Amino acid sequence: MGTEITYIDAIREAQAHALRDDPRVFIYGQDVGAFGGAFKATKNLAKEFPGRVLDSPISEDAMVGLAVGAAIEGLRPIIEMQFADFSTVGFNQIVNQAATLFWRTNVPCPIVVRLPFGGTSGGGPFHSQCIETIYAHYPGLIVLTPATVEDAYSMLLEAVALDDPVIFCEHKFLYRHLKAEKLPSEALPIGKARIAREGRDLTIVTYSAMVHEALEAATELSAEGWEIEIVDLRSVKPLDTDTVMASVSRTGKLLCVGEAWPWGGVTAEIIARVASEGYGLLDAPPQRLNAKDTPVPYHPNLWTAHRPTARSVAAAARNLLRQ
Amino acid sequence: MVLDAKPASDTATARDTTLAAYRFMLLARLLDDKFAALYRAGKIHGGVFLGRGQEALSVAVGISLKKTDVFAPLIRDAAGRLAFGETVLDAVRTYLGSSLGPMHGRDGNVHRGRPQEGCLPMISHLGAMISVVNGVLFARRFKKISGTVGAACIGDGATSTGSFHEALNQAAVEKLPLVLVVADNQYAYSTPTSFQFACENLADKAIGYGVESYSVDGTDLSACLKIVSEAVSRARAGNGPQLVVAKLLRLCGHGEHDDSSYVDPKFKNSPLGRDCLKVAEEFLLQNKFTDAAQIAVWRSEAIREIEEAVAQVQREPLPDPFAENWSAISSEHLSETHSENGN
Repeated sequence: MGTEITYIDAIREAQAHALRDDPRVFIYGQDVGAFGGAFKATKNLAKEFPGRVLDSPISEDAMVGLAVGAAIEGLRPIIEMQFADFSTVGFNQIVNQAATLFWRTNVPCPIVVRLPFGGTSGGGPFHSQCIETIYAHYPGLIVLTPATVEDAYSMLLEAVALDDPVIFCEHKFLYRHLKAEKLPSEALPIGKARIAREGRDLTIVTYSAMVHEALEAATELSAEGWEIEIVDLRSVKPLDTDTVMASVSRTGKLLCVGEAWPWGGVTAEIIARVASEGYGLLDAPPQRLNAKDTPVPYHPNLWTAHRPTARSVAAAARNLLRQ
Repeated sequence: MVLDAKPASDTATARDTTLAAYRFMLLARLLDDKFAALYRAGKIHGGVFLGRGQEALSVAVGISLKKTDVFAPLIRDAAGRLAFGETVLDAVRTYLGSSLGPMHGRDGNVHRGRPQEGCLPMISHLGAMISVVNGVLFARRFKKISGTVGAACIGDGATSTGSFHEALNQAAVEKLPLVLVVADNQYAYSTPTSFQFACENLADKAIGYGVESYSVDGTDLSACLKIVSEAVSRARAGNGPQLVVAKLLRLCGHGEHDDSSYVDPKFKNSPLGRDCLKVAEEFLLQNKFTDAAQIAVWRSEAIREIEEAVAQVQREPLPDPFAENWSAISSEHLSETHSENGN
């Protein structure tokens, strides 16, 4: 590895670290073995850890089912879905098998399902989806959405150590886009949001790749004299309502931004919580910005208009700031 | 009654195994009858699902496994569960919702098990249990524990699911010691097999997966014992997944709410419609393995055990919503229910 570490490097390193430190860990997924994974998240790991990084058939249902059985036996499986979009084939095993096991039996189900998610230019309808909301809806799952190289590393390590099923949403757009100098030695724990930028005029609550669109929008708005506070949720389930509420109490205005579809979802959940628990903190009706309610388009002209961007985030923030 | 541990296979005679199997079948039938009676008396919340007509196949699976094996029963496997080691008390506690049961009232009826003791608690999407068995077997191999066999039991209906396909193929690719037992009982709820599959025999599917298969008369205890134990032995010996398909007839509704009026009388009057418990009893008597007086004693012992269990469980505490911690995850500090607003 060079001096610059990318988000995908961090994910690979976290897995190498987990494999090295814990003999119970193994990785199972399509093309993860000798090939090193569709995105190279497991590059060389099969060679470094023989018998512990294994190719699966194209069987998302059976991949997760196997992980649950292995977890019952005390192992710590990491399942790589090639794309988050394909996890719907394993949906039943995730939400009905993995997510209910502890509740039903008191036997923990420590599995991590890695979902390469989110849009990239040219990805199209079946390689771009943001489906964190669907998993967050089900009891029994922890849903993580790291926005930085550091979080990709530390949160994946913490996810493997947790005794519960974790849906680890890693954003494909960030894979090679983000770089860091070094891997972190300490980190905020799972369940704590982070203030990605401090400000006094408006709070943007967001997560994953949208944190970076929001940061860019904040820079733009700063030139106009507005100071935007950005809350990076890091984990959408559990949701750190305290940090959100504290930020809204400072700014009085709330804009929630998500790359997922608009019906229901993380942004709606935040607005519901702030409206019901922090109504008096708000100086204006809380707003949300999401992708459009269509499948994710293929062509960049459509795709960049489909999901929120720094420009549309800035526009939504301006509207709210003027109220 | 407390049944003796099943005889070690290398020393047991066929006679001893058959007698032990019969006693589990009898106990299972009487336990099912009790659940049906409790259901009719309004004492059970939710459904009741019986194994009537499937006990011979079921017990053959349970009795062919070792305690260290893994077993994912289907909803009609009371006999197999008892033979594998589940107690009458676990079954009664789960049906009556006792907070002392293995599911603590959080799940009920046939959705019970003790995963760390090898009995996997089914989810209703039954085909989905097969790959979980694969996972246990994979983990044993990963931990260098050899000699484990995993049995997954499904009906003809589950063979139509994607999970069945994915899991059997996965087991074949990984050469796992899986014994997949299909009770082809002619109906998936009310759907006849003609709407479920178009092959002549479900066992024919095995060739497509590259696994060994067996067909057996599911009404014949001796045949079931022979075939299932052979499949278990071959899986244990490293011959990969084994598919066992037993033809039989479900001699009850899908659940006790179902009068099964749709069952074609031609089945009831065919050899498939034989009651495997009666067939086994006649076999034991004809071969002088035992006599009617002994069977009567076993029957009354089984009834006493069941009645005692029901009486005990009816005095046990029910789940308490105020004592419930309402956390679906073991990392309670990450549970949404424990948010500051206290909802």
